[in-house]
Amino acid sequence: MSTLEIKDLHVSIETDQGDKEILKGVSLTIKSGETHALMGPNGSGKSTLAQAIAGHPSYTVTSGEILLDGEDVLEMEVDERAQAGLFLAMQYPVEVPGVSMSNFLRTAKTALDGEAPAIRTWTKDVRTAMDNLEMETAFATRNVNEGFSGGEKKRAEILQLELFKPKFAILDETDSGLDIDALRVVSAGVNRAQENNDMGSMLITHYTRILRYIKPDFVHVFVDGKIVDSGDEELADRLEDEGYVNYEKTEAPA
Amino acid sequence: MANTDATTLDEGPDLLIPGMGEEGEKLVVQQAETQPAEDEETKFGTSRADRKTSFDLADFPVLTGEEEDWRFTPLHRLANLHLPEGDDNLLTGAAPAVTVTDQDGVSIETVGRDDQRLGSFMVPDDRTSAVAWNSFSEATVVTIADNVNIEEPVKISVEGNSTDPAAQHIHVAIGANSKVNLVVNQTGKAVVSQNMEFAIGEGATANVTSIQAWDDETVHVGSQQASLGKDSTFKHVVITYGGSLVRLTPITRFAGEGATTNMYGLYFADAGQHMEHRIFIDHSTNNCTSDALYKGALQGKGARSVWVGDVLIRGNTSGTNSFEKNENLLLSEGAQADSIPNLEIETGIIDSGGHASSVGRFDEQQLFYLMARGIPEPLARKLIVRGFLNEIIQKIGIEDVEAAVTEVMEEEIADLEL
Repeated sequence: MSTLEIKDLHVSIETDQGDKEILKGVSLTIKSGETHALMGPNGSGKSTLAQAIAGHPSYTVTSGEILLDGEDVLEMEVDERAQAGLFLAMQYPVEVPGVSMSNFLRTAKTALDGEAPAIRTWTKDVRTAMDNLEMETAFATRNVNEGFSGGEKKRAEILQLELFKPKFAILDETDSGLDIDALRVVSAGVNRAQENNDMGSMLITHYTRILRYIKPDFVHVFVDGKIVDSGDEELADRLEDEGYVNYEKTEAPA
Repeated sequence: MANTDATTLDEGPDLLIPGMGEEGEKLVVQQAETQPAEDEETKFGTSRADRKTSFDLADFPVLTGEEEDWRFTPLHRLANLHLPEGDDNLLTGAAPAVTVTDQDGVSIETVGRDDQRLGSFMVPDDRTSAVAWNSFSEATVVTIADNVNIEEPVKISVEGNSTDPAAQHIHVAIGANSKVNLVVNQTGKAVVSQNMEFAIGEGATANVTSIQAWDDETVHVGSQQASLGKDSTFKHVVITYGGSLVRLTPITRFAGEGATTNMYGLYFADAGQHMEHRIFIDHSTNNCTSDALYKGALQGKGARSVWVGDVLIRGNTSGTNSFEKNENLLLSEGAQADSIPNLEIETGIIDSGGHASSVGRFDEQQLFYLMARGIPEPLARKLIVRGFLNEIIQKIGIEDVEAAVTEVMEEEIADLEL
């Protein structure tokens, strides 16, 4: 059993007008096997939270803590966070020209495990995972994310999720840009990772659509840099009907 | 990330063709009528179309370094290949030794300078090329017969053994409808001005890779000019990593319609190396396609690269597709890359045309992506550089040559202080 704790996290970014605070005190605890849906309007800071957990250099943590089984995540480099068991499925996966998917996957797996995977089982694992995600085998020879369609990029993220077996995954708008078939395939991949590895996850989304396929244990409403309400699946249904407008009103400056 | 780019749209009155009724031409007419007549003096030298070509050395005055095509070259490092003292003392050193693999369908000759084939497909277009033309005593002629498909790559080894300033001429003729892979491997020590001509027959497919793997002290200026017959395909891949100074001017001209050229290049400049590549693609006839991609990596103090991509789409042509791109990766402080794409379009009836250019350091997003997958920073940086270089190496299309170049590049990046 692992625990990811976010305690009163404040995060700023640099802008032309000086530092701007995006996260204004986020607290959230995720345990192994749990799925937390984080829902909120555009610009509320959900992606900032995801990037800050992964350690993106553009985001500065000004106060607060992130602990993984008590270890201080904020002290870790970006690669060390991944090695510790955190995985960010990115909203906009980055193209890396000239580096093939198969080379990338093996290099990352070796770095994450501290030793190279056994060739035979690894090849089989990759093929199985690709089959499950309905990806063609030619995919492995293509360069990382280069020329991938939106749907292919998201499948490639979930392929990594299944192969790397992190303790916790942050899924940043994995549902955006997916048609209904791709959404089903990708969601099934997330569910497999959860069942097989007892993975905990933070599912960032605008829409309740993905929650039909990935059942959340908790739903949090994220407005203006913090969590303003939490509940179970019913909260998501209410958001679908009412939107975020009620929360935004109460959050307006007095 | 600093980007440089430049486009020249030259629509002088001289390209108007009386009686042409196509929409594109009319457009040009309308624009031209409202423009003042172009000053003859400012026009000269601004368009690649006006560049002088001649076999006569006297047509290329002693260089001052102010010339548009020499302004980036450190003339004092040319080891007199440009004859700074005047035209009298031609280059007399022993040219690098040329050996060609002996294969069916390939003939190899050593000929005197009076051989009629020499200079039939190229004309010097700068002083060093004219110096080489007027200096060489013997040339190598490699001829691929018509209608043959040569399976094994033809390998031309050019091996220098002296630093006496020398001239060299190599003529390669590919017969009509033939298919061949050709690799020029340049090694050893040399101070050489070199002309190579590639005559590509009608319907032929020629895949030429020229590797500059010279020793550290070598100074090499070279013109590699290709003339493409109707419906032929010419791929030209330049790999430059050895030598003190290498200045190459690969040129493709279209002798017949419907031909395609792919001009690719990769340079890796270490401390103190000057690597200059100036390509020219002359779209002078219809329905021809060109794609140019050069990539450079530079590391170390004084590592210097220059890339100029001149693409000229002449006013009397139609159906042209053309794209050129140059990307440079600066791996350390003290390295400098200049990148100048010049796309001149003299006609409104092209199918497509474009250019792109960049000089930059590491892409931080790529670095973050790889590190977020657990890959430590030094390894992530190497992966990115390797991937950057790979894009060109993959274009060579000859397995053992790709493997050999990959190995060299692995050695280059193994010493990277990232």
